[in-house]
Amino acid sequence: MNRKECVVMLLAGGEGRRLKSLTKKMAKPAVHFGGKYRIIDFALSNCTNSGMETVGVLTQYEPMVLNSYIGIGSPWDLDRQNGGVSVLPPFSEQKGASWYLGTAHAIFLNFAFIEQYQPDHVLILSGDHIYKMDYSLMLQFHKEKDADVTIAAIEVPWKDASRFGIMETDAHHRIVAFREKPAEPVSNLASMGIYIFKWPVLKTYLTEDDQNPDSSHDFGKDVIPRMLRENCRMFAYRFQGYWRDVGTVESLWEANMDLLADNPELNLNDPNWRIYSRNPYQPPHYIAPTATVKSSLINEGCMVYGDVCHSVLFYDVHVGEGSVIRDSVIMPHVRIGRNVKITRAIIGEGAVIADGVQIGTDDEDGEITLIDEHSIMHPPSALHY
Amino acid sequence: MFKTMGIINLDSEPDLFNELTYFRCGASLPYAGKYRLIDFVLSNMVHAGIISVAVFVRKKYRSLMDHLSHSGAWDLDRKKGGVFILPPDWNDPTDHSKGDLRHFHNNMDLFHRGQADYVLFSGAQQVCHIDFRAVMAHHLETGADVTVVCHRTEPAEEHKSCWRLTIGDDGRVRQFSMDENNPNVFLNMYLMRKDLMLDLVRQCIAHGAENFLWDGIIQQTASLRVQAYEHTGILQTINTVESYYKHSMSLLKPHVYRELFQQPKPVYTKIKDEPPVKYLETAEVRNSLVANGCVIAGQVENSILFRGVRVQEGVTVKNSIIMQRCTLGKGAYLENVILDKDVTITDGSRLIGSQMRPYVIPKRKVI
Repeated sequence: MNRKECVVMLLAGGEGRRLKSLTKKMAKPAVHFGGKYRIIDFALSNCTNSGMETVGVLTQYEPMVLNSYIGIGSPWDLDRQNGGVSVLPPFSEQKGASWYLGTAHAIFLNFAFIEQYQPDHVLILSGDHIYKMDYSLMLQFHKEKDADVTIAAIEVPWKDASRFGIMETDAHHRIVAFREKPAEPVSNLASMGIYIFKWPVLKTYLTEDDQNPDSSHDFGKDVIPRMLRENCRMFAYRFQGYWRDVGTVESLWEANMDLLADNPELNLNDPNWRIYSRNPYQPPHYIAPTATVKSSLINEGCMVYGDVCHSVLFYDVHVGEGSVIRDSVIMPHVRIGRNVKITRAIIGEGAVIADGVQIGTDDEDGEITLIDEHSIMHPPSALHY
Repeated sequence: MFKTMGIINLDSEPDLFNELTYFRCGASLPYAGKYRLIDFVLSNMVHAGIISVAVFVRKKYRSLMDHLSHSGAWDLDRKKGGVFILPPDWNDPTDHSKGDLRHFHNNMDLFHRGQADYVLFSGAQQVCHIDFRAVMAHHLETGADVTVVCHRTEPAEEHKSCWRLTIGDDGRVRQFSMDENNPNVFLNMYLMRKDLMLDLVRQCIAHGAENFLWDGIIQQTASLRVQAYEHTGILQTINTVESYYKHSMSLLKPHVYRELFQQPKPVYTKIKDEPPVKYLETAEVRNSLVANGCVIAGQVENSILFRGVRVQEGVTVKNSIIMQRCTLGKGAYLENVILDKDVTITDGSRLIGSQMRPYVIPKRKVI
C-alpha cells in the first residue's frame, strides 16, 4: 500500500435522534438535503475537492442506506486503485466484539486501517454538517504551526455557544482553553468537530484513552481536554463561510430555506467546487401550463402542475393542479394530489398526499410539520365514509 | 440477452441537421434537455440485458467518443463486454470490402472473439422505448432468419427516407420499398444469429457489395425468412432540423414525456453533477422541460432548457430549445429558436424564427 500524507476518517454512525422519523431507518449523514444531496455528500465532496482521496467512513447506526449509497465511492471520484473510500463498520476480533463506544473509540478500533497508509496526519470529520471547506488549506496551517492537533473553529452566535465545544485562543491561534458545551461560555469560537492530528500523537492519546475506564471515549469530552492539560501544541484553524449542523427538524428545514435566497451563502452552483451525489437517472423536470414556480429549488424528474413558492423539491415529486406548496421541503418520490395545501413542512420520502389535504400552518413561530416517509395522508372528511 | 451483441451502425445515417451537426454526428445530437440521441437506443439495449455494444462510426465522432467514454453511466464498464467505438482506422492491404462492409471486415476479431450468438442492429435516429427482449422472443417464436422492427404510422415528412415493409398475413416480410403510402416504417433495427450475419457479410464482400442492409438483407428477402416485429407507442424519427424541433416540442405533452422517461427503465446518459434548478422570485415558467443546473429569473414558455442554462431577468423564451450552458442576457427575446451549446445572447437581443423553420444558432456564438 502506498504511503499517504493524510488519511481521512469520517464519522458517520450518528443516530440524529432529534431528526425524528427522518432518521428512523437511516443514519443522520444519509438524510436528504438541498433537493438532490444527502448530508454526507458535503464532507465526501470536500474530501475529493481538497485532494484527500483516502477516506474511511465509520458507520454504526442503521447503516444499510448509507452503505449502499457510498458503494465504491464513484460518485465522488473516490473509487481508487490506491486509497479511495472504505466503509468501516464495527467488527469482532479474537478477544471479542465491540460497538463503537464513542468517537475516539471508533478511531481506535480502526488503527489498522490507518496504519496501512503510514500517514503523517489524520483528518477526522463528521458526516453531519453542511459546508464547503478546503481541507488542504487546513492541513497546510497544521503543518506550518507544527501542531499536535488542529481544530477547525467558527464563530457562532453567542446564544448558541453553549451547544458547542467552545475554545479560547491566544494571538497565535494556539488553544489555551477548551470546554465541551459550557453552561456559561466565555467565547463564541466553536469547534466544528474537524480535527487534524499528527498520527503518532493520535495513536498515543487514543491508546491511553482506551485504557481509561472513566473515559466516555469522545474527542470533545475526553481526548481534547486531556491533550490540553498535558500541554500539547493545539491550534484553532479559523473557518469563515457557511456551516450548519442540521441536527434538528427545524435546523434542517432552515438550512434548506437558506438555499432559496437569490444569492445564497452556500453556492451549490459552483463549477470549481461541485457537490457530488449518487445520480438517480431522472429526466429533466416538467413544469405544466397550470404551474407557477418562484424562489424554489427543483430537481429532475418532477412534474409540477400546481404552485410552488419558496420550497425545495427533490427528484421525482409530482404536484397536482391547484395545490400550493409554500416554505416546504418535499423529499424524493412524493406524490401530491390536487388542491393540497402544504405550508412550513417537511414531507418524508415516498409519502402520498391525497387531494384536498392541508398540512402545516402559516404561523411563523409554529413548529415545522414533519410527515413520515411513505405515509399516506387523506383529508379528514375521507375518514367518515 | 447477454449472448446478444448490439451493433449501432452510424455509417449510413442521413446527416441533415445543418449547423447542429457541423462538429458532431447525428447520434451525439443533444436531445430532450440532457440526453444525446444515441442514449435512447443504448439504454434500450442495456435494459434488455445486452452487455456488449459495437458502434460503427465514420466521421465527426469526437463528441460521441467523449460522451460514450463514460460507459459506466450505461452500466457498460464491464470486464466482459462494454462499448466498442470503432472508428475507420483501416490498414489491411488485402481488404477488398466496400462501403459499410469495411466496418465488418476490419473488426472481424470482435465478432469472432465475442461470445454472442445473436446480433441486434440499430441506428440512433429512432427515439422510442422498445423492449428488445420481446423482439428476441418473437424471433425465436417465428423461427425467422432475420427479425426486423417496424412501426405503423401516419405519413410524415421525416419518414420519407425510411424503408417501408410489405408484410404478409403470416408476418413475413415480402418486400422492402420506398412507397410512401405504405404505413409500415422500418426502424433500421434488426436481429439475427451471428453466424448468419457472418455468412451474409462474406457473401456481400465477395460480390463487391457496398451496403450490408441493402445487399445482405433487402436484396435477399426472397431467400431469407424475414419476419416483422411491430413496435407500438411513441416513435420519434429525428433526421432533420424540422423533425428535431417538432419532436422536441412534442416532449412537452405529458403522455409523450411519461412514455419516454417515466418507466421503471430510465434513459441513461452521461452524469454532470449539476445542482437542482434555481427559480428566482421573478421566474415565470410554463409548459417547459428544465434540466438541472439552470438558473431562471425570466419568462420561459413551451421550451426546453438543457443543463446549466442561465435565463436572466426580463428575458422571454418561447417555443425554443436552449442547449447546455447558454446564457440569455437581460431583456432578450427568443421565439422559435434552437441555440446550440455555449451560446451567449447579449442583453436586449431579439431572435425570432418560425415554427416551420426554427432559427438555429451554432455552438459558442455570441449574439
